[in-house]
Amino acid sequence: MNDFERAFRYLNDPLNWTRRNGILDLLEEHVAVSAAAVAVALVVALPVGVALGRARRGGGAVVVLSNVSRAVPTLALLTVFAVSPIGFGNRATTIALAVFAVPPILTNAFVGFRGVDADVREAARAMGMSRGQVLRRVELPLAAPLVLTGIRTATVQVVATATLAALVGGGGLGRLINLGFGQRDYGVMIAGALLVAALALLTELLLVVVSWALTPGRRRLPARRVPRAETGARPEPTASGMPL
Amino acid sequence: MRPLLGAASDAVLAVDEAPNPWFDASYVSRNWDTILRYLGEHVWLTVAAVVLGALIALPLALLARGSRLLAGPVLALSTVVYTIPSLAMFAFVFPLTGLSATTVLIGLTAYSLVILVRNFLTGLQGVPADVREAARGMGLSPAQLFLRVDLPLALPAFMAGLRIATVSTVALTTVGVLVGHGGLGQLITGGLAANEYRAEIVTGALGCVLLALVADLLLAGVERLLTPWARAARA
Repeated sequence: MNDFERAFRYLNDPLNWTRRNGILDLLEEHVAVSAAAVAVALVVALPVGVALGRARRGGGAVVVLSNVSRAVPTLALLTVFAVSPIGFGNRATTIALAVFAVPPILTNAFVGFRGVDADVREAARAMGMSRGQVLRRVELPLAAPLVLTGIRTATVQVVATATLAALVGGGGLGRLINLGFGQRDYGVMIAGALLVAALALLTELLLVVVSWALTPGRRRLPARRVPRAETGARPEPTASGMPL
Repeated sequence: MRPLLGAASDAVLAVDEAPNPWFDASYVSRNWDTILRYLGEHVWLTVAAVVLGALIALPLALLARGSRLLAGPVLALSTVVYTIPSLAMFAFVFPLTGLSATTVLIGLTAYSLVILVRNFLTGLQGVPADVREAARGMGLSPAQLFLRVDLPLALPAFMAGLRIATVSTVALTTVGVLVGHGGLGQLITGGLAANEYRAEIVTGALGCVLLALVADLLLAGVERLLTPWARAARA
């Protein structure tokens, strides 16, 4: 029996799901920590990204931020927070994950709002819209696709990197991988890996559907957006999330 | 017996009150050899993963450019691979290659490959069709067309991809600590295991960041050297 068969046998046992600290408990912890991290990052990054994008300022700083954040290993930040006064546990994990979720959200919101045609804004103002109305009814719909892409990238990245918390004694589904590895029970390790991969893919899929539903105007699923020749030479303006 | 006991409890107290600084230059100098060994592993894992990834990504990108039917699946598959958490990726590879650096290398190559395919494809699709048409009309062979038309025009996108892949790989290598081959990441988990020795943890973390920045600067320099015309245009 190889490790993959052992993994499926493990996943097939209902007790492994429902017992205390079983898969369901770990899943709940994983999702709760991820959701909290994304929420914190949204509160911090969205207003800043929107404000900078509307003012068309700070582009250099945003680029530097997203590049530097890519160079910092998540494992490093998780560990540093754990041994700082914050201490081990879900709080340190949440903060570390939130830090990494900020750059994609901020960058995409910035690029999205900066890209709104100045003529369109001016026309909306001339039609008598207040600043708030311009923001809600003109800029937001136009920037929505990029803003949603940023949130999706950040969320998938957070769900994926929450796995690493297990390496520094944290919870979540990564624990199965670390425990299985430590106890040389490679079936459990593979089962954990399968669950984590499935959760990340499901999150991506769910958010693709959500952003498709929320995006105004002509609706196209991102998968169908095969890069066009004329947009080709430019590298992506957005911080592509790290698969850590 | 009393003095001995007293000495022991004093020692415990001393350890408890020992300072645990965030950075310690003497730690770095005392453990220079160890740090260099981990740095060496980190560098070769990164270089090997990016080079292997590029060697596989280029033909894939060329194929995907050739047919729209292939481009869709290649991009979809790359999204799926990219979404898989790295710890899970290493766990999947582990039963095949065990506790070796190869396990980490395979995982890292998969990620760099995925990043590179996207950027290579973007670069190739950015080459204007009429330019290629003209080159073919001048009698360039497919190989000449690639080397003398596609490659120079797509070079900025290629280099952008290589830079992102390299920096991401430097950060990702740390997750190799799962199988004991995480390069500088070993310092991070090693310091954690050594009673939360902060100096070791921070040395590992800073080492990773510095390595990534140096690699990025080097590649930026290479890009400048390879595209003299871009500088001329800017001047």
